[in-house]
Amino acid sequence: MPHLEIVSLSSRYGSEEVLKEVSLAADQGEVLSVIGPSGSGKSTLLRVLIGLTPPSGGEVFIAGERVDYSSRRSLKGLRGKMSIVFQEYNLFQNMTVMRNVTVAPIKIKKRPREQVERQAEALLAKVGMAHKQDAYPEELSGGQQQRVAIARALATNPEILLFDEVTAALDPERVNEVLETIRGLTNEGITMIIVSHEMAFVREVSTRVAMMDEGRLVECGPPAQIFDAPRQSRTREFVSSILRH
Amino acid sequence: MLDTVMQQAPAFFNPHNLVFILQAMGRTLGMTIVGCTTGFVLGMAIAVLRGSRSVLLLPLRLVAIGYVEVFRRIPFLVILFIVLFVIEPLLPGTSLLGIATISVCLLSTAFLSEIIRAGLESVPGRQIDGAHALNFNALQTLVMVTLPQSWKVILPPAAAFVVMFVKDTSLASQLGVIELTFAGKMLVNRGFSPLLGFGAILVCYFILSYPLSRAAARLEKRLAAS
Amino acid sequence: MDYTFQFSEVFAELPYLLGGAVVTLEIAFISFWGGAVIGLGGALAKVYGGPALKKTASTYVTALTNTPALVQIFLLYYALPDAGILLGSMTAVLIGLVLNAGAYLTEIIRAGIVSVRPSEMDAGVTLGMSRLQLVRYVMLPHTAKTIYAPLSNFFVWLVLGSSLAALFGVEELTGRAINVSTANLRSIETFAVVAVIYVVLTVMASASLALAGRLMFRVRAKVF
Repeated sequence: MPHLEIVSLSSRYGSEEVLKEVSLAADQGEVLSVIGPSGSGKSTLLRVLIGLTPPSGGEVFIAGERVDYSSRRSLKGLRGKMSIVFQEYNLFQNMTVMRNVTVAPIKIKKRPREQVERQAEALLAKVGMAHKQDAYPEELSGGQQQRVAIARALATNPEILLFDEVTAALDPERVNEVLETIRGLTNEGITMIIVSHEMAFVREVSTRVAMMDEGRLVECGPPAQIFDAPRQSRTREFVSSILRH
Repeated sequence: MLDTVMQQAPAFFNPHNLVFILQAMGRTLGMTIVGCTTGFVLGMAIAVLRGSRSVLLLPLRLVAIGYVEVFRRIPFLVILFIVLFVIEPLLPGTSLLGIATISVCLLSTAFLSEIIRAGLESVPGRQIDGAHALNFNALQTLVMVTLPQSWKVILPPAAAFVVMFVKDTSLASQLGVIELTFAGKMLVNRGFSPLLGFGAILVCYFILSYPLSRAAARLEKRLAAS
Repeated sequence: MDYTFQFSEVFAELPYLLGGAVVTLEIAFISFWGGAVIGLGGALAKVYGGPALKKTASTYVTALTNTPALVQIFLLYYALPDAGILLGSMTAVLIGLVLNAGAYLTEIIRAGIVSVRPSEMDAGVTLGMSRLQLVRYVMLPHTAKTIYAPLSNFFVWLVLGSSLAALFGVEELTGRAINVSTANLRSIETFAVVAVIYVVLTVMASASLALAGRLMFRVRAKVF
């Protein structure tokens, strides 16, 4: 049974359908990357998965259990298992780095502060931000904020982690430190869905790659298939246009 | 109470009273226009003076800072009294409207100079450096570089200030200037019901202020968007 | 001009004047907190209310912010007795100022609520925060920080604005200044001293509010 199963998921924005019957599945610990041009529905897919944008059709299963996006309780359960890292980091500007990482585990999961703070220190060390735990987000560079956001997502002990173009807002020289951090997480059994434009990175870390265009899934397969022998002409077009740069 | 209003309404809205109210409205508007125009001109001068770095102007700059800081921290009513008591012996025969207008200008200059100063300071220093590097003098820098960029920052709060200012002029009624508020008091003293008298005056203020505040809000939205 | 300033008669009345300053602060405090309660309700109505509630709140704000508080209080003070409601001068002034403050604070608080970044709300939602936790940990701290400086300025504005109470015979700072100057005929000196008291009062208010803001919200507020 796949860990995360998406069955003909749709979503509309106003009258426009931005996600059209997308079906995908990922096994436990798999790294599934989603590529495609801007506006192809990649980010919407992640927002629907975590319950920020309501689906207009289709179903999502986690470990065989159906997620009910209209039930507040089901959503709460979902977010206990799934975390997201945003393109613009979305850190709480009024909290220190440490507080950003610990607020959810302490206040929402009601775990003991001592334990959470020890874990947070370890997580911040892992993303290389231990020395900045008392700083406020505005004092950090984009790359540093994004690494804190990753630590914050990890602090809820997610089984599934979503990355929404996490390097797109960063200065070029900051991109690698964040990719390095994500690469370090790929062997920990967490199922990851990565939306990214960093093709070399996608190719290296992904177990499978999904190509999306105009809200539809075009093709899904191992990196070698997508990048070297795409079956769909739209994938070939997109990949070659990206790799030419 | 409403019966009295209905009963008095025909007498209240006679042409004589309407002209009287319109004249008072004109005085309120006049004080606002004179006050804000003077305030803008003198406020600009003070803002520029405070931005200058010349040592020669230092004493003048200190006076300007003192004036602005003090007059923004005294109630307008107290300013009115002080101006009244200072002007009366110095320039006997100055009309009450004259005294009220001087007070209004003192108030608006202090507030507008701060608004303008914030606007001028919003222009990045490297642009001023750039102007100096091109050999612009201070006036050229102001007119060609600073002002064209700072008016976007100055206009929204300045417009909001004008809206506040219309209402502030109501305190001039205390001196006996026949502006809107004093006109209302006179009408009530003539025996019209306070609801009718002051109600009509509130409507007049609203007519003056509402278009201004709508314009100010629209200005703020448009300049924030660009 | 040979006018000799004589401050001694004014200084003799300093305790009386300072007592008036306390009344001024009291009026400002009551107007502020009364207005804050109305303002919070008004802001919530404007942001989250249904069409009718929104309309009511905007009408209230538009009506009060476009007319002078002085004339509003004249209306309360002189017209309500015709309807059988007699208000003391202090009561009329306080009601008028509270209603006025409520209108201005509605706008200030609304701006604060609207300024909460949607991205931070998204982050809170995905971390599993309940609606109450979102308010407690994301909205409130952000709103409080945003509106703190305008609130401080508004309080200072109220300290100055409360002087209109003198016109109704309330013996706050300006009212007592009028009393003193009528008695000693040293008008310029009296009002000069009162002006200084107002400056000291507002500088103290701004400075302590700025300090409190720095401690509570890391707001870098300017005193001058």
